[in-house]
Amino acid sequence: MSLLDIKNLHASVNGVEILKGINLTINPGEVHSIMGPNGSGKSTLAGVLARRESYEITQGQVTFNGKDLLEMKPEEAACEGLFLAFQYPVEIPGISNAYFLRTALNAIRKYRGEEELDAMDFLPLLREKMRLLEMDDKFLNRPVNEGFSGGEKKRNEIVQMAVLEPMLAVLDETDSGLDIDALKVVANGVNSMRSTERSFLVVTHYQRLLNYIVPDYVHVLVNGRIVKSGGPELALELEEKGYSWTEAEPAGARR
Amino acid sequence: MITATQAPEHYLGAFDQFNHRAATQLGWLKSLRQEGFARFAENGFPTTHDEDWRFTNVAPISSREFRPASPASIETDQLRSFGASGFECQLVFVNGKFSRELSQIESLPPEVRICGLAEELGTNAGQVREHLGQYLNFRRDPFAALNTAFLEDGAYVYVPRGTVLAQPVYVLFITVPSADAIMEHPRNLIVVEENSQATIVEDYVSLGGSTAPSFSNTATELVAGENAVVSHYMIVRQGDSSFNVSTLRIQQARTSNVATHSLLLSGALVRNNVHPVLAGEGAECLINGLFMANGRQHMDNYMLVEHVSPHCNSRQFYNGILSGHGHGVFHGRIIVHKDAQKTDAKQTNRNLLLSDDAQIDTKPQLEIYADDVKCTHGATIGQVEENALFYLRSRGLDESAAKHLLLLAFANECLDRMNSVQVREHLERLVMEWLPESASHSGEKPAEIERAWEEVG
Ligand SMILES: Nc1ncnc2c1ncn2[C@@H]1O[C@H](COP(=O)(O)OP(=O)(O)OP(=O)(O)O)[C@@H](O)[C@H]1O
Ligand SMILES: [Mg+2]
Repeated sequence: MSLLDIKNLHASVNGVEILKGINLTINPGEVHSIMGPNGSGKSTLAGVLARRESYEITQGQVTFNGKDLLEMKPEEAACEGLFLAFQYPVEIPGISNAYFLRTALNAIRKYRGEEELDAMDFLPLLREKMRLLEMDDKFLNRPVNEGFSGGEKKRNEIVQMAVLEPMLAVLDETDSGLDIDALKVVANGVNSMRSTERSFLVVTHYQRLLNYIVPDYVHVLVNGRIVKSGGPELALELEEKGYSWTEAEPAGARR
Repeated sequence: MITATQAPEHYLGAFDQFNHRAATQLGWLKSLRQEGFARFAENGFPTTHDEDWRFTNVAPISSREFRPASPASIETDQLRSFGASGFECQLVFVNGKFSRELSQIESLPPEVRICGLAEELGTNAGQVREHLGQYLNFRRDPFAALNTAFLEDGAYVYVPRGTVLAQPVYVLFITVPSADAIMEHPRNLIVVEENSQATIVEDYVSLGGSTAPSFSNTATELVAGENAVVSHYMIVRQGDSSFNVSTLRIQQARTSNVATHSLLLSGALVRNNVHPVLAGEGAECLINGLFMANGRQHMDNYMLVEHVSPHCNSRQFYNGILSGHGHGVFHGRIIVHKDAQKTDAKQTNRNLLLSDDAQIDTKPQLEIYADDVKCTHGATIGQVEENALFYLRSRGLDESAAKHLLLLAFANECLDRMNSVQVREHLERLVMEWLPESASHSGEKPAEIERAWEEVG
């Protein structure tokens, strides 16, 4: 059974159609990458999957792990195993990173009928994940994302992913703005979580990331439609030629 | 002596009676009271035409016939319901009168005095006289005048030079409502001399059960000597039909450092006046407040920060959470007198409105008579941020838990400015208990409220 199955998904924001019939199937263990020009709808797709409420779904179905994703609230999607690494992570002054993440993990554990973790059990786990992402312990007690640099915010997203252990992680431009060292750290964090059960949907503008997180499939999203799909080599081609040529050809993924 | 009177009739009778039977009959004290009453009688209660009272109509107070509260007693067991155990140094007042039985005062460093003011006036009035009534502007402020007229008891804290009080002084004021509308006028005096350090908490509560109105009109004079470091906390969490007007007058000498924190949680009408005068060079003052009004509660924060000397620094941070029909006011006045060059004054008021009927009035008022100063102010009014809410929900928190966490985060901005761990924990528990979302949050109260900040070694 596929983990994520998107069929003819149409979504609008304020009456303007942004996603115009997306079809995409992700099987357990696969890494898919979505590339596309600015404003093509990549974050919209990610947001719809994470159940951001500002989108209106006008057509189509999305099945996640056998369940109707479009019926879920954001927290239900999260508890069912979906994780979105935000393109622009949100700052939450007044709540420490450690407290926030433990609250989140416990919400998910509770949903799954697992026992909640107290601070004593949780902290070693968090510390381990933070070491993996080469984040200093001082970030434990800092307010969520507040005053973090762009790169620190992105790494913090991956720390959260590592702690929450989703089935499907959607990474929205987690590589943007990272220097090559930080990029390697983030890719390493992601790769350490790859498994035959866990899948990734990696949204990026740059082929560079895909040298480190090697995808099984690359899709090109232009103007709300997937206009081309292929293997990792497609990313190289895009890097070289840009997006304009993709629209000319009829794409397999197109309806 | 008292001629044209603006004061409601019954205050005159009440004052006459009080002045005759008051515990302390020292001559200077009697004339202080008389002067207080004369000022009150002259001015009467303020109206919304008065600039300082523009957003707060005190008619619910001025239209009622409050009688001075009779002495009352409560059981030690009942103390526990106020959730303030654990303070080693604790003064308890019931209906404005010091209760030695309920209080607990550990052995104190030599010359330190922590006791009821009436008691001290009976034994050591000289020291008290030096400061009492010297700072509070009761000529201008009718509530301060009324408090001075009925001045009798309150907390007295005296810390002589070069002394550090390791423990916070926790002062609990319990109002025991009766069938009648009652009033009390606690008057506190805190003197921390040069190079000394102290932490004082004023916590105003009322015993549940009665719906009869009560009026607590409190005043505190806080004197910080040269280089003294003082932390002061003010908590108001009285019943739904109580009115609380409090005035804190702070006098700061050279390089003294005073932080005053307020937490307004409940009451029909609460007005908290904070009036520091930075009289000595290089003094620093932090005014940090959190107010949470819901139902039909009205909470007014009025600040008058006076920079008198050069190189002083003042910070005001107020966060308001308004829900239901709650009405909040932030009125932050800063006066920089002409000699106060190099003043650095900052004021920030942030508010969350959780319902359509909640309301906030926020007003900065800067009066600057010196030319080389830095004054900034800013105010924001908003809702719980959608983006932040979605971020939390996308991590698995349900909507009410996410909202609750965001409100807690907002409250924590204020709590994080408090540096007494013990007091902070007390306030944190209160905040958790009173946060508007907490009632609906998962339907259960956590057995032990945990900190939103984990101590990590
Ligand atoms: N809340 C909104 N209101 C109106 N238009 C929106 C909203 N959110 C997105 N859009 C529009 O939808 C389109 C797709 O935006 P989206 O953020 O999904 O693009 P993207 O592919 O992620 O772009 P980028 O590469 O710049 O991140 C854009 O034209 C954008 O302006
Ligand atoms: Mg985007």
